[in-house]
Amino acid sequence: MEAGMVTPAPALVRFSSIQKTYDGEHLVVKNLDLDIRKGEFITLLGPSGSGKTTTLMMLAGFEVPTHGEIYLADRPIKNVPPHKRDIGMVFQNYALFPHLTIAENIAFPLSVRKSNKAETQERVSAALRMIKMETLAHRRPGQLSGGQQQRVALARALVFNPQLVLMDEPLGALDKRLREQMQLEIKQLHETMGITIVYVTHDQSEALTMSDRIAVFNDGIVQQIDRPDALYEHPVNSFVAHFIGENNVLAGTVETMEKNYCRVALAGGGTVTARAVNVSDAGASTSLSVRPERVSIVPDGTSGEGPNRLPARVQNSIYLGDHALAVLDVAGNAEFMVKLQPGAHHSLRPGETVSITFRPEDCLALDPV
Amino acid sequence: MTVTSPTGADVSTEVPLKRRLRRAERTRQVKALALVAPLLVFLLFTFAGPITGMLWRAVDDREVRQVLPHTIAALADWNGKDLPDEKAYAALASDIQAARAAGTIAIAAKRLNYALNGFRTILTSTSRNLKAMPQAGTAKETLGKINPAWRERSTWTTIKDAGGPVTGFYLLAALDLTRNADGAVVAAPPDQAIYREVFTRTFVISLSVTILCLILGFPVAYLLATLPPVRSNLLMIFVLLPFWTSLLVRTCAWIVLLQSKGVVNDSLLWLGIIDAPLRLIYNRFGVCVAMTHVLLPFMILPLYSSMKAISPAYMRAATSLGAPPLTAFLRIYLPQTLPGIGAGSLLVFILALGYYITPALVGGAADQMISYFIALYTTETANWGLASALGAVLLLATLLLALVYGRLVQGQQVTGGMKN
Repeated sequence: MEAGMVTPAPALVRFSSIQKTYDGEHLVVKNLDLDIRKGEFITLLGPSGSGKTTTLMMLAGFEVPTHGEIYLADRPIKNVPPHKRDIGMVFQNYALFPHLTIAENIAFPLSVRKSNKAETQERVSAALRMIKMETLAHRRPGQLSGGQQQRVALARALVFNPQLVLMDEPLGALDKRLREQMQLEIKQLHETMGITIVYVTHDQSEALTMSDRIAVFNDGIVQQIDRPDALYEHPVNSFVAHFIGENNVLAGTVETMEKNYCRVALAGGGTVTARAVNVSDAGASTSLSVRPERVSIVPDGTSGEGPNRLPARVQNSIYLGDHALAVLDVAGNAEFMVKLQPGAHHSLRPGETVSITFRPEDCLALDPV
Repeated sequence: MTVTSPTGADVSTEVPLKRRLRRAERTRQVKALALVAPLLVFLLFTFAGPITGMLWRAVDDREVRQVLPHTIAALADWNGKDLPDEKAYAALASDIQAARAAGTIAIAAKRLNYALNGFRTILTSTSRNLKAMPQAGTAKETLGKINPAWRERSTWTTIKDAGGPVTGFYLLAALDLTRNADGAVVAAPPDQAIYREVFTRTFVISLSVTILCLILGFPVAYLLATLPPVRSNLLMIFVLLPFWTSLLVRTCAWIVLLQSKGVVNDSLLWLGIIDAPLRLIYNRFGVCVAMTHVLLPFMILPLYSSMKAISPAYMRAATSLGAPPLTAFLRIYLPQTLPGIGAGSLLVFILALGYYITPALVGGAADQMISYFIALYTTETANWGLASALGAVLLLATLLLALVYGRLVQGQQVTGGMKN
């Protein structure tokens, strides 16, 4: 997992066997161990209720862990109140103070730290320059657009040079185009300033775009934590494979195991070779995961019997501009997607029978869904 | 078929379009007006009408003019420096004769007596003793003989001043001012100068009650705004509970509690904390306690609504940015509740200004507010002019306050920054 990192940076934040429950019955976060390195952009990704926001709130100090300890720069912070943690935070709805101007909002963290006037002035102007909003310094938050408010919230969280910046779905309220633009801006800020950012989102494409590493949360547990490409290429279980990117699932039973590969008999008929990722032994049931872009359609009757060749019936084809999708019925999965070049879908007629093929290394045998 | 130009700037169609728009707008306006018309009529009759009437009565001064019309006319070109001439005396004599026949002497006597103590006696004795119209040229002498007051210049200036049809007399009196014989505005004699003190007392009591309500109401409103709905609803019922009983009942309950043999004193005596009953009622303390109790909901509700609108994210943001809880409260939370504090304080203060029943029941003589005197002059002595003038001064002061409040609120308009 750490192949790309020659010398991993030291951990800035360490979660050590953290548990959190609100009602004393259900654990929202179950035994979390997580290291966040200095200078990295880490995203906590997961569906709602997966424990990612609770984790962030514990780090910010708004929630207290039921069990375990959090270390910030090797200092336990479980009992340190939020205002003494030196952590900047950007909230989902910006939380800009409505009765203060933009400049006063940005100056707030400096003024509560009693930094002198000249320095405050200077750093506020620098922050305003950074977000290109010098001319709007004396407006109030209510007079700004959503994107502008987001920039101000960002500047306010960064202006006091915190050790760590937390972002709780900061782009959730923006429209798609603005969101994509802000993603790049935040990414750029991270790279130029070298700050450590912990980012919470439920949007996997946002996580893939911005992060150095992504921690995928489900059901209070970190399912996998890795670089975006590794998560996509090498998911450790069905949840991750399903949550990150598009994914086709085929149910089956392991017939034989052979080093890293296994033969799987599909529930809908046929046998394929798959990479054994999360299967125990022969006889175990499994879910196979195949990405739509790793599958090719071959017309029936062409020669070349590969290891993974399955018959399929065309259900439908969808044109999507830069690519097209074929929806096929493969081995009992009636929503099997195959990504095609645009135009290639013209040759497919609904009801037609074709064959599909994919490489064994692109087919992952994971835990059954 | 004709081809219409794509710009649509055809004059012959533009004008009817505008007119159509106006017509459509007019229908909408008429509908809106029709909806509020009943309330408007109601307010006109029950609110605007009486207030205008009251303001008018504060300056209206036609009583003397009606009873002594010729005297007033004769005094019109009197310089006021010496005694008036024979013509004025003759006019007065004939007016008194006519008024006695009509039985209206008392009306003028009452009004003139306000301005000059003892005028009632002067006028009634003159009316009684003036059996017949004096000989031409002897009116001055005759009247002077009947009552030497007619040889005083001040007697005549009083009549001239009361000649109307409008007067500043009542308004001046409401501010402890009066006109002397030369027409200059001077301080009223000490035995009549009570209203400034009463106004001051009214404002001091109202202000104390407002501050007490704010101190007691702020934490309750905060609790209401932050508790989970089930418990805050219960608390809200308790806040609104006082509205379910009448003002009079609540005030009387305070008498039961606070009197010298009341619940509070008995408990304190029984506990041995005090040896003799404390004086808790029929003084300023009782007035403030009872009024605060009655007015508290009017403070809590505006505070609550302004606090409810403050997202908890603001306080979180402030603390995450490094502000200790107290700083976050003072610099982020409190400023956002200012509109609520302003509205609640203004509401309580203005309601307190007009309080009558509560101070009358639980206050001592030195705790009576301006409404007590207004009520006294309207119901007991029927001095409508002074009652109206006191009301007008109170109204003016209240309007000024509301204006100042409006300015303050405008100066710090808060626009929401949260999108939820």
